[in-house]
This record gives sequence, structure tokens and C-alpha cells, in this order.
Amino acid sequence: MAGNRGLKVHSSEMALTNEIIRERLQAKFGDQLANFEEPYGMLCFEAPKDMNLKLLQFLYDDVELCFQFLTTLCAVHYPQQQGRELAIVYHLHNLRDNIRIRFKIFTDINSPDIFTATNLYSAANWMERETYDFYGVNFVGHPNLKRILNVDEMDYFPMRKEYPLEEATRIDKDDAMFGR
Amino acid sequence: MERPVRYNVKNEKGKAIQIAEPPEGYTGEGYFTTKLSNVVGLARKNSIWPLPFATSCCGIEFMATMGSHYDLARFGAERVGFSPRQCDLLMVMGTIAKKMGPVLRQVYLQMAEPRWVLSMGACASSGGIFDTYSVLQGIDQVIPVDVYIPGCPPRPEAVLDGFMKIQELVGKESIRRRNGEQYKQLMESYGIE
Repeated sequence: MAGNRGLKVHSSEMALTNEIIRERLQAKFGDQLANFEEPYGMLCFEAPKDMNLKLLQFLYDDVELCFQFLTTLCAVHYPQQQGRELAIVYHLHNLRDNIRIRFKIFTDINSPDIFTATNLYSAANWMERETYDFYGVNFVGHPNLKRILNVDEMDYFPMRKEYPLEEATRIDKDDAMFGR
Repeated sequence: MERPVRYNVKNEKGKAIQIAEPPEGYTGEGYFTTKLSNVVGLARKNSIWPLPFATSCCGIEFMATMGSHYDLARFGAERVGFSPRQCDLLMVMGTIAKKMGPVLRQVYLQMAEPRWVLSMGACASSGGIFDTYSVLQGIDQVIPVDVYIPGCPPRPEAVLDGFMKIQELVGKESIRRRNGEQYKQLMESYGIE
């Protein structure tokens, strides 16, 4: 027993599982969260657009959940989904129990205004700039929302599926040679 | 085994190694006259200082070109400089992203006249396979280019061939070219004073 003096033993605590996370989230937010899935064992769900900060704050602060590491943040463009064309995806990691979750929020492409997560996760700063750079998501409250990877003069958001893949200034490609 | 001296002074058929042709001129006992531009051209073309601007796989081929097997030093280009202020030849090797464009242009502007530019490989010459929003579709959109080397990447032999084309241009260039109206117009078309 003397050897165990320095160790804290959580005998009463159960290890965090997807079921516990889901129950806690539904107890707090009710049926506002939708489309729960577990592809490859990772808990995924959808949240309403204006709730992303409340949800992140809860996931961060809750003593059991403790999702205090933002693994990544990005956007996806679904041009065929009217009114919810842009998805913003958050990947969170609980480092204590080594468990990950992922959630999406959807927004209309004509008003892509999303609350910034920079006050909660400093890592969100550059990720949100990148998401703005490529998809034009406007992160409300971001301290420095400008392009990060592309040239400053660029006047469109290249990863949206509404722009041609090929560069317009290219002059040496003969259509006949490329089967067009 | 000791290397016989004849390999260094004779070629395979036993003939003496060819020395570069002298420029046109008058020869007499103990003197030789020719045009100043010829002498300047001869001197310049055999002592080019290249500035390698290597951004991707073409740069690796260039390293082979500089190595002992292909040996760019045979063409008087032993001294690869890494300061644009001292160099004569800008060798652009690899994909130039649009964000790199102004950097490349700045390097070109820092070089002193006379300066030449060699564009190596498909990417530097035309954007290559990177037909996309982030890549410059040929460096000739931002700086004038003298010689293009095709290939993806070109073999070291092709680089040497391109370098010899540059030497040809350098050797034959009129010493008044850079003061001429045509050259001024070329620079103005790129917005360079």
C-alpha cells in the first residue's frame, strides 16, 4: 500500500463512454441535438447553428465531459442542400479519458455567420481563419479574421463547389487535347 | 592505377581536346583584335553565377546537375551564389505558388543588370499539373524569362542543354541591348523600371 501513496485512484468513477456523453448532452440540451451516430465508434451529432458556443462551453466546463482540446475545425460545402449548404465540423478530444467526439452545425451559405470559438480554444484562431479563407464562413467575434493561406487579393472562396477546378489564367491547355 | 594523363588532354579518338572557337577577328604575331562585345560575351558566358531558386523536385535534379557526375562547373558556373546582388542567372526550378510570386519578383529586382532567367520544368514554365487556384501559371506572368526547359522534372542533361542555350544568348548579346528601346518596353510590360 505504501507504494500507492502518490496515485489517485478513481475507483468510484466509471470510464467515460459514448452513452454517458450522449445522456449528459441530452439531459442538458434535450432534443435540440439531432442525428446521433457512432461511425467507427466515434460519437457524432448535429447542433443548431446559434448553439455552437453554448454547446462548446458545456463540453469544455462539464466536470465529467472535459472536452478541453480542439483537435480540428473545418467546413464542408453541400451545394445540393438548400438552406444548409455549409457544415462546420468540430472535432473535440477529452485528453483525460482519451475519447473523441465530432459535431456539425449547418448554415445557409447566404448568411454564414457563426460565433467564434477563439475565446474558448486558442487553437481555433488559425483554424477559423483557414475555414474563412476557403469557405467564406464569417466567424463573428474572431480577433483577426483574414486570409491565412491564399493570396490576400483573392476575391472568392476556392473550396466552395461553385468555382471551376481549373485556373482561369491558364492559356496553354488546348481543349481538344483534353477531350473537351 | 594511376590515371594516364592522355585522358585529360586527348579525346577518345586520340585527337587533342577541342578548345572553344575564338571570336571573329584579326590575328597576327602576338596580337589579336576583335569586337569588344565579343570579348565581353566570351567572358560573361563562361563565368555565369547562377542563383538557384529551387522550390520542389526540379531542385533535386538541379542538385544532381551540380554534382560531380554532370558537373555544371564545366561550363564556368562553379560558383552558385545565394545573394541575388551578385548573381547573373536566376534559375527558377519548381512550382511557384501565387503567394511566392511577389517573392520571386523581388529576388529578380534585386539582381543587377545584366541578368538572365532560366525557367526549369513544367511548373515554373506553365504551372504544369497544378492547374489550380493557388499556383502561378508560369513565372513569365511576373518576370521575363530567357530560356524554358521542358520536362517534369527535366533530366540533368536537359538542364545542361538549357544552360548552354543561356550561354549562347549571353555570348551573342549586344552590349547595347539593355539600353535599347525594345528592352525598355519589355521591362515596362512587366511594370519594372
